[in-house]
Amino acid sequence: MKNESIKIFQKKKQAVLEKWIHIQSQDQILNNDLITNEDLRIQSEELLFAFIDNLSDSNIDNAESRDFESVVDILSSISISRAKQGYSPRETGNYIYSLKEALLSTLSEEIKDPATLYAQSMIINKLLDSFSTSTFETFIKGREDVIFRQTDEITQISTPVIRLWDGILALPIIGTLDSSRTQVVMESLLQEIVETGSSIAILDISGVPAVDSLVAQHLIKTVSATRLMGAECIISGIRPEIAQTVVHLGIDLSTIITKATLASALKTAFIMLNLEVNKKQRVK
Amino acid sequence: MTTTPIVLNRDTMTVTRETDVVPFRSRVKEHAVKIGMSLLNQTKLITGASELVRNMLKYGNGGIVKIEIVSKGRDSGIRLTFEDKGPGIPNIDKAMQDGFTTGRSMGLGLPGTKRLMNEFTIKSEVGVGTTVTVTKWKNG
Repeated sequence: MKNESIKIFQKKKQAVLEKWIHIQSQDQILNNDLITNEDLRIQSEELLFAFIDNLSDSNIDNAESRDFESVVDILSSISISRAKQGYSPRETGNYIYSLKEALLSTLSEEIKDPATLYAQSMIINKLLDSFSTSTFETFIKGREDVIFRQTDEITQISTPVIRLWDGILALPIIGTLDSSRTQVVMESLLQEIVETGSSIAILDISGVPAVDSLVAQHLIKTVSATRLMGAECIISGIRPEIAQTVVHLGIDLSTIITKATLASALKTAFIMLNLEVNKKQRVK
Repeated sequence: MTTTPIVLNRDTMTVTRETDVVPFRSRVKEHAVKIGMSLLNQTKLITGASELVRNMLKYGNGGIVKIEIVSKGRDSGIRLTFEDKGPGIPNIDKAMQDGFTTGRSMGLGLPGTKRLMNEFTIKSEVGVGTTVTVTKWKNG
């Protein structure tokens, strides 16, 4: 027996679409600026026709079926693009819920027998529910992608290498120094040493909240790598409480030149380069 | 005479990824600030907590941390309990030695944390998991 609702949907394709668009336009008054009615129509039409064309007796109770791959693909791309455009989960959810509403109301117009209507509605309900679950999954994934991209951006922008003086580089580190961060810091520092021919690099850790053994190990590695490049590395910005904590932890930083402030590190760098800063004599 | 500390506030946090370390540290810091811990002791507590939580992630595949505000007599402090269901430590005496490591790190995490904290207990059973409990007193 061919499932009744499939026949109805295939016959009433255009009517369902109109209904769906109508429900959506009522919901989306608030957000008309994010998507034009024209785009919404194209998007909805593509999804609905893919859904109805792939619907068959064998898969109507199985949303995992391979036949629905194209439907799920369209849904995923819609929800990912919506997540990136800043739609709220409610708006994305309403999109698929309103489709369900349109489908069910079409069924109720066409099927007169209550028992059949109930049975058919349940099947469609279940199918659409699992589609909406996958919509949410991809919506959240879209949001997570945004977060990951921002994390990467923060890592990139928070490790600038500054040319303090001819031959002196400074690298202010802000935040936690974990393995991936150290990699970025080390790469940009070593690259800059080669490009500028600098002989002294100052790592300022004023903005690092805690120096544990992992952070210390990363600092030591960065210093060793800088030395291999023929440059000297000074660590500055060691606060009193950090100094005491490092000593209690038992970390040996005695082989590294360390300074309390960036100013004193710069002074040391000047001495190493045989430079002198003098107050200008006023000519009378 | 020793009295057992009274727990005033309890908070738990699950740590499963490296990205959980920073939020965990700020949570510990919040509690330490709340009881008026000095900046030096705060830093010691956070650094120690950071060591233990990294150990838990690296060797125990993450676990649960209990953050408690405890009070004993006139002193109050923070007690942290790190519980994992990892492989366990076969030789605790060795693990508590400076410079001993099985993971190419500095080998200072456990012994260093013991020096940073006021109280430190470690229980571990091979194949079952490891529990580390540390306390830092406000004026300790």
